[in-house]
Amino acid sequence: MFMEQLIEKYFRPGRLPHIWCPGCANGIITGALVKAIYRTGLDKDNIAVVSGIGCSSRASGYLDFNTVHSAHGRALPFATGIKLAAPQMTVIVITGDGDAAAIGGNHFIHAARRNIDLTVLLYNNNTYGMTGGQYSPLTPTNSKASTAPYGTVDRPFDLAALARGAGATFAARGSAFHAPMLVDLILSGIRHKGFSLVEAVASCPISYGRQNKLGDAPAMLKWQRDHAVPAAAYEKLNDEQKADKFPIGVLHQADAPEYTEEYAKIIARARKEGGH
Amino acid sequence: MSKTLLMQGNKAVAEGAVAAGAEFFGGYPITPSTEIAEELSALLPTIGGTFIQMEDEIAGIGVALGASLTGKKVMTATSGPGFSLKQELIGYAALAEIPIVIVNVQRVGPSTGQPTAPAQGDVMQARWGTHGDHPIIVLTPASVPECFRLTVRAYELSEKYRTPVILLMDEIIGHMREKVQLPAYDSIPKPERKKPLGPPEEYRAYSGAQTDLVPPMAAFGQGRRWHVTGLIHDEYGFPDGSGKATQELLDRLFAKINNHLDDIVETEEYRLDDADFALVAYGGTARAAYAAVDLARAEGVKAGLLRPITIWPLAEKQLKALGGQVKHIIVAEMNRGQYVLEVERTVAGRCPVTLYAKCNNEAIAPAELLAALQKAKQHTGGA
Repeated sequence: MFMEQLIEKYFRPGRLPHIWCPGCANGIITGALVKAIYRTGLDKDNIAVVSGIGCSSRASGYLDFNTVHSAHGRALPFATGIKLAAPQMTVIVITGDGDAAAIGGNHFIHAARRNIDLTVLLYNNNTYGMTGGQYSPLTPTNSKASTAPYGTVDRPFDLAALARGAGATFAARGSAFHAPMLVDLILSGIRHKGFSLVEAVASCPISYGRQNKLGDAPAMLKWQRDHAVPAAAYEKLNDEQKADKFPIGVLHQADAPEYTEEYAKIIARARKEGGH
Repeated sequence: MSKTLLMQGNKAVAEGAVAAGAEFFGGYPITPSTEIAEELSALLPTIGGTFIQMEDEIAGIGVALGASLTGKKVMTATSGPGFSLKQELIGYAALAEIPIVIVNVQRVGPSTGQPTAPAQGDVMQARWGTHGDHPIIVLTPASVPECFRLTVRAYELSEKYRTPVILLMDEIIGHMREKVQLPAYDSIPKPERKKPLGPPEEYRAYSGAQTDLVPPMAAFGQGRRWHVTGLIHDEYGFPDGSGKATQELLDRLFAKINNHLDDIVETEEYRLDDADFALVAYGGTARAAYAAVDLARAEGVKAGLLRPITIWPLAEKQLKALGGQVKHIIVAEMNRGQYVLEVERTVAGRCPVTLYAKCNNEAIAPAELLAALQKAKQHTGGA
């Protein structure tokens, strides 16, 4: 299906143009999301898209599903409530690096721990774009930010590793440059039963890129092309070779009991035993 | 079949939630409210409902709001520090008009304070705790039977007006055990939010054109796809940055509550008919006030009690009338004087209004209020 038809089918009439800056990769990632949803064949009525606060979280308002633009960091609690109360729904979380890894970090690790069937699409632009380019938990060390004029001291999270350590059963990373692969990763995340993280490396030329002299939008996308390495090939690199590269693809997949299915068993047991 | 039981206040809240048809609880353990979570963790699955203990207080209310969007009646419960943490999402619920019942069993604050001791220091926080102007409904039970009744009532108001409702308890009421007669739950009408009619594509989640200013609310997953946001929004729920949208939305949010004060505001009068001296007391403190009124009457002081059951919105009509009737009003509360300022403002000089306050971990005793009433009579001069 052509993008025009996908826009007609999955974007709300009259809500575009979006608020994102020229050259922002968020449009590519949101496009990848609707392409993946198209491939699932799911009914729009049965999909909820829940976001937090930040540039990427504005995507929920453009998309024609049951949508929540929640509070900063709180997309996962809202999404968890929707999934638990209506387990038949497919629940997708749109979030950013600040939203999910800083103010929402606690919710992130606990949602992963529960292995509840949510798909988290995390737009990683390495910065707080909406507030003007402050450093986030995914800003590389020694980067400039509007709150780090001398460079950042903080070390960034490896979110896929964090999710895995917390109990997530699916963790993947893609990039805006590798858009067709990103569609595949999102599709796999949605199809996976359990907590799925898909980190999408985005680019913010207007703020993060400008502060760090990373060039214009095409230059930042070319950086993704030159520094992303498929997961299997990445594993074969030595530490020196890995230093300025990042792996893309499915980074972790496992089977574990899914939370809403396990809670359904609790309900069945409680009903049989008639209370405590 | 109705049943008579000896029951704790917190448990009566859990029973009230089930009786009202609640199907979802999200929360985090905190003294002195934890029994509500414990009870519902056992009760809810037996009726096909869901209990979840979240990673923190914020997630406790967030998960409940998510569940409410699917059409379920939901609850979260907490105490002092947790109530502070929930404030942002209480404002979200008010603006996005998501029904939820939030229980706060008050303890001594600020900060960790005295976790197991009673206080009523969250009266103003319950009204104004979240940022920005917003309407709120707050109910205060004064007995275990009332914990049950007002929990059901909280759901009625929350669903009817599409608003968060706070059940503001205190440690006295939460941990007290009393006889309670519970009706058969199937005899209790289940509060239902207004459902949308008409074609799904014309659904407007925030259209206040209807007479009571409360828009119908579609459940997620049932064919009407709509957008929920904490931003100021238009009738469809989409962000609208205009001053006009801000004015219109806030006007409607306030009017949907303020136009229905006779339905929402509930007070109780005790021996007020011929009273010259009135106590105003709520929650656990009201229990000492009933006894103090009886003691004062026996001593020849014509005393009575006005008990706000809905403490927000303020019972302005009833307080003004009381100010015109009696010679003196004493507001008794377990804080350093919060509600008294509202009473004073409302009575506006019709009679003197004074405070009897106590915040030393102990409940106010009837003898203390008797002494306050006697003193008021002496000052008034022989009435």
